[in-house]
Amino acid sequence: MDFVSILSIFVMACFVGYYVVWSVTPALHTPLMAVTNAISSVIIVGALVASAAAGSATSKWLGLAAVVLASINIFGGFAVTERMLAMYKKKDRKA
Amino acid sequence: MHEALAVPAWVGFAYLIAGVCFVLALRGLSSPESSRRGNRYGMIGMLIAVVTTLITHEIASLPEILIAILIGGSVGFVIARRIAMTAMPQLVAAFHSLVGLAAVLVAGAAYLNPIPFGIADLDGVIHLQSRIEMGLGVAIGAITFSGSVIAFLKLNGNMSGKPIMLPGRHVINLGTLALILGLIAYFLTDQSTWVFGAVTALSFLIGFLLIIPIGGADMPVVVSMLNSYSGWAAAAMGFTLHNTAMIITGALVGSSGAILSYIMCRAMNRSFISVIAGGFGAEAGGGGGAAQTDRPWKRGSAEDAAFMMKQAEQVIIVPGYGMAVAQAQHALREMADLLKKEGVTVKYAIHPVAGRMPGHMNVLLAEANVPYDEVFELEDINGEFAQTDVAFVIGANDVTNPAAKTDKTSPIYGMPVLDVEKAKTVLFVKRSMGGVGYAGVDNDVFYMDNTMMLLADAKKMVEDIVKAMAH
Repeated sequence: MDFVSILSIFVMACFVGYYVVWSVTPALHTPLMAVTNAISSVIIVGALVASAAAGSATSKWLGLAAVVLASINIFGGFAVTERMLAMYKKKDRKA
Repeated sequence: MHEALAVPAWVGFAYLIAGVCFVLALRGLSSPESSRRGNRYGMIGMLIAVVTTLITHEIASLPEILIAILIGGSVGFVIARRIAMTAMPQLVAAFHSLVGLAAVLVAGAAYLNPIPFGIADLDGVIHLQSRIEMGLGVAIGAITFSGSVIAFLKLNGNMSGKPIMLPGRHVINLGTLALILGLIAYFLTDQSTWVFGAVTALSFLIGFLLIIPIGGADMPVVVSMLNSYSGWAAAAMGFTLHNTAMIITGALVGSSGAILSYIMCRAMNRSFISVIAGGFGAEAGGGGGAAQTDRPWKRGSAEDAAFMMKQAEQVIIVPGYGMAVAQAQHALREMADLLKKEGVTVKYAIHPVAGRMPGHMNVLLAEANVPYDEVFELEDINGEFAQTDVAFVIGANDVTNPAAKTDKTSPIYGMPVLDVEKAKTVLFVKRSMGGVGYAGVDNDVFYMDNTMMLLADAKKMVEDIVKAMAH
């Protein structure tokens, strides 16, 4: 992919991010931070490429270390978001 | 034999779908009902991205990778299960630091072994464009890492929340930043290890220097800002590795953090630059000898408070960071339940910067089973104080200070505040009269005729009120 198409994707995604994030209700700003944390660990993709590639042992170990860190974030981030979101409940209509 | 050319066409689609899933994950957060579905989309997106990468690369070391995921995954999962909701700001800061460090490691791996990433020719000479992307990626990653570590230590109480001011820090910081950019430019002509290493080391240093002068009250901005950085780091690595999922996600997270920083700054009426420059609240930490406690004020007891609230038609509870510190949210909800049984309408008013991160109070109240439709944002509830019998302020201070509206000399002038003083009665729970808020300013609400100070630990006071209400 050439630089201009990548840049276009990036710029468009910034706009999408801008509008989507403004629509997030302030009550959910903490879960928003937790989930953005989890998804920014998509950087694990780069870590996987590094740990899968042959050629440099150091590079592979750096990659594996990055896989561990990113996995902490992915599992931790999604799990803690799920836990928080489960707590948001509407008023009980029982009484 | 360019590796990138060998990638089948569906891979691009797969990463794009992952990116779309991430957009949907954020979109879901527009309301609590759709939020959990959104979170699932996020997980699906991540799964797609990981599986796609594993399938399309020649994996020489699948067992090691799976073990790495298993170790990291179980650590993350256990932390996520165990963490107390009050500790969420620290946790988020710690997670940011991991994203930053992972970005540094990936950039390092790509630097050492560029050919499999498709960013170098067969002699190992890295493409010029990739050098810039990689340099920026490692720099942002390193800043995110060391900055978040400091933010974590401050939030976790391992380090004083007071700003640490180095002499000439602006010169040092700007000089270091300029040096980093210069070295990244030089990286274009010389891909030696020392250049890459120096960029990394200086970036670690600047991340540290940037956060130490920022005081505790500004932490919501710092946490949001680091959130943004972690996104830009992911985006920069996405540019380096030509990966759409990473670029889309990076852009989303980057804008998300930037918007949250902006919202937090606006809620404090501070400019982003002044927050970054640091030093706010430097005088406030001294124990508050400055408060003018010689002015007359009224002290109330738990019984008085219980009586007044039971007689009220509407009570608005204004929680702040002090409630979180005292872990008073569960007792508070019990109190609200008793009031509701007496036919009192109970609402909660949340200031955007209450707590140590955006939305912190909402999570704590949700944890205590407070229904989210009783919780209101500043602009939605501020008009109601005038028709409210009791405003119950617990652990908040600066966000209720009317000086922000009237006193042009006040350091918090212009900050949007909750109009608690308009309520018929203000019950103000506070540990003692001595302390002042983070901004180090006295609050006129303490001395009003219709204010009753409830001086005690927030949790203990609320528990006493609950006891007093019960009979």
